[in-house]
Amino acid sequence: MELLSGADMIARFLQDEGVEYIYGYPGGAALHIYDALFRQDKVKHILVRHEQAATHAADGYARASGKPGVVLVTSGPGATNAVTGIATAYMDSIPMVVLCGQVMSHLIGDDAFQETDIIGVTRPIVKHSFSINHPSDIPEVLKKAFYLASTGRPGPVVVDIPKDMTAPTERYEYVYPKKVKLRSYNPVSRGHTGQIKKAVDLMLKAKRPIFYTGGGVVTGNASEGLTDLVQRLGFPITTTLMGIGSYPQSDRQCLGWLGMHGSYESNMAMHHADLVVAIGARFDDRVTNNTSKFCPTAKIVHVDIDPSSVSKTVRADVPIVGPAQGVINEMISLVQGKDIAHADALAEWWQKIDGWREERQGKLYEPSVEDEPLKPQEVIEAICRQTHGEAFITTDVGQHQMFAAQYYKFDKPNRFITSGGLGTMGFGFPAAMGIKINYPDDQVVCITGEGSYQMMMQELSTCKQYGVGVKIINLNNASLGMVRQWQDLNYKSRHAHSYMESLPDFQKLTEAYGFTALRVDTNEELEPALERMLADKHELVFLDIYVDPREHVYPMQVPLGSMRDMLLSKTERT
Amino acid sequence: MRHIISILMENEPGALSRVVGLFAQRNYNIETLNVAPTEDPTLSRLTVTTVGDDRVIEQITKHLNKLIDVVKLVDLTEGNHIERELMLVKVKALGAARDEVKRTADIFRAQVVDVTPSLYTVQITGDAGKLDAFLQAMAPVGILEVARTGVSGIARGDKVLSL
Repeated sequence: MELLSGADMIARFLQDEGVEYIYGYPGGAALHIYDALFRQDKVKHILVRHEQAATHAADGYARASGKPGVVLVTSGPGATNAVTGIATAYMDSIPMVVLCGQVMSHLIGDDAFQETDIIGVTRPIVKHSFSINHPSDIPEVLKKAFYLASTGRPGPVVVDIPKDMTAPTERYEYVYPKKVKLRSYNPVSRGHTGQIKKAVDLMLKAKRPIFYTGGGVVTGNASEGLTDLVQRLGFPITTTLMGIGSYPQSDRQCLGWLGMHGSYESNMAMHHADLVVAIGARFDDRVTNNTSKFCPTAKIVHVDIDPSSVSKTVRADVPIVGPAQGVINEMISLVQGKDIAHADALAEWWQKIDGWREERQGKLYEPSVEDEPLKPQEVIEAICRQTHGEAFITTDVGQHQMFAAQYYKFDKPNRFITSGGLGTMGFGFPAAMGIKINYPDDQVVCITGEGSYQMMMQELSTCKQYGVGVKIINLNNASLGMVRQWQDLNYKSRHAHSYMESLPDFQKLTEAYGFTALRVDTNEELEPALERMLADKHELVFLDIYVDPREHVYPMQVPLGSMRDMLLSKTERT
Repeated sequence: MRHIISILMENEPGALSRVVGLFAQRNYNIETLNVAPTEDPTLSRLTVTTVGDDRVIEQITKHLNKLIDVVKLVDLTEGNHIERELMLVKVKALGAARDEVKRTADIFRAQVVDVTPSLYTVQITGDAGKLDAFLQAMAPVGILEVARTGVSGIARGDKVLSL
């Protein structure tokens, strides 16, 4: 038996749980915990420069590794600064445990210094939250927090820890709880066999089928199974933004991703399909466009681990509640050795799809010409070439995010790291940092824009402290590109506050932290600059790449239309 | 349509706020709400009446079930059930009205539970419709204060909501 203080229990628990890095920022209410961390060396703490960055860094790590990211912040402003990152993780179902210091328990409710009801503040954006009422509860509560964060539909869990719960003078017995049980929480372990049979039956009889898969396949570790199933059936597949890489994008059967800025062939195929097999996707409004016009001729199979996702926005004909991996494996065993009923129809369906593909071939954007600014799309294509499509790519939010998703080709899951649901500007750089710290030998590239980057650029200081060699691509169009695009389309180009009149000299700014930065204006400069950037995996390099501010992201679905209603360029629409 | 949803949840601080917060956050409607511990002190029973079409009610029950503090729930309106609400009403009781209030209370099987020279406090139980009717009958006399508990309910027959 071992007697430990609450603070030492936390440090010890994190060790026993196998946590290697935590991201945080100290402050009064968390100081006992920080002292406990100081007196051990297994769990390494990364000191960020703003608590939002701590959550994004933990989130980036979680997305890349599938394991929960861990954050430690103090009470009050420390905790409220973490809120945007918690909401980001919640919207994308990312496992995360956030430990928040809190004022002493006898002061709670007195409006004490740095007191915030963080349980109340975060209630709508967490999977669950706990408050520690006695130091001896700490091991069990933390185990529950990790268990809840990482099982079922993952999500962030907040643990509020009043300072007196971690007092060094009070010691209690510590035992690492190997298992926990919650009577009210039993995530489904497998799908309903009858429903899966029904779904497979529809799949075998379909004439114009399509798979539509999302982040649930990535978090559910089901990419391998999905690839096997899709290839056995020979069906086309489109993924959501969150599902990118869950099926190799370079394979012929992959039509890219779908929705508001999805590929022409994906959206056309969805609209004309007679069967949509959705796995781990949630029929989000950025995917479906107008739900009343969505996939008018299709039957819908919907596989999801969260029952409340099923039939939330689009009614499923065959709902299946279960984990993606298990359901896909059962589907594979059911299709094994069976032939599809309408092979001719499927061949015809492919002809149609290939036709759509050809229609847009070479017309996706117009490459830059001499004396004109670079196109953001060609920058992404160059990055993809030079990193052989194998880098971890993080993004911020806006046009650059869509271009990165459209023009970088991902063949592996967990490689495209983006804030899909919440759309958090400022996410990309700290997320890249969290990944690079855990995967030092991989190339980690943050593709950002000057708007998003300025929301979290203080993290250069963190990178300096820990020697974090992320690569930063700043697609600089000196404007908030996506806002500007909407203003061009809907507000007669009245660019209200979507431009940046006082950009810093990013090169000097980067150099102030002791890193290398290059400015790129032309096509000739681009490839050498990228080569220079990638030369040393462990060196942070910033590329300030000036791109055409007039460029729009296309295709773009027409508001309130169906999947096939798209603007294809500034002058073409379907 | 109006639904009565009964929930068994952990009797812990914050559990109620999660349930109520869910309704606000997802733009669902709470008509009445009633909550108290059960015979098992670790569990509370919460009964909420809400209005929505089938799709909304399905989402409400799914989201409630997702809350970690919610152990079990039932939509009582899906089957035969008993629905009761308790109400305390203070009404003016002066002169001729004094007898009139007493008579009306008898008709509704309500009890006068407190008396002053100028008013009666009446206790009445029943479904929401009966309570509304009583208030209508009392309106001409002069209602001074109303306290309603909100609906509580239980399924008829062998069906039991327990762990």
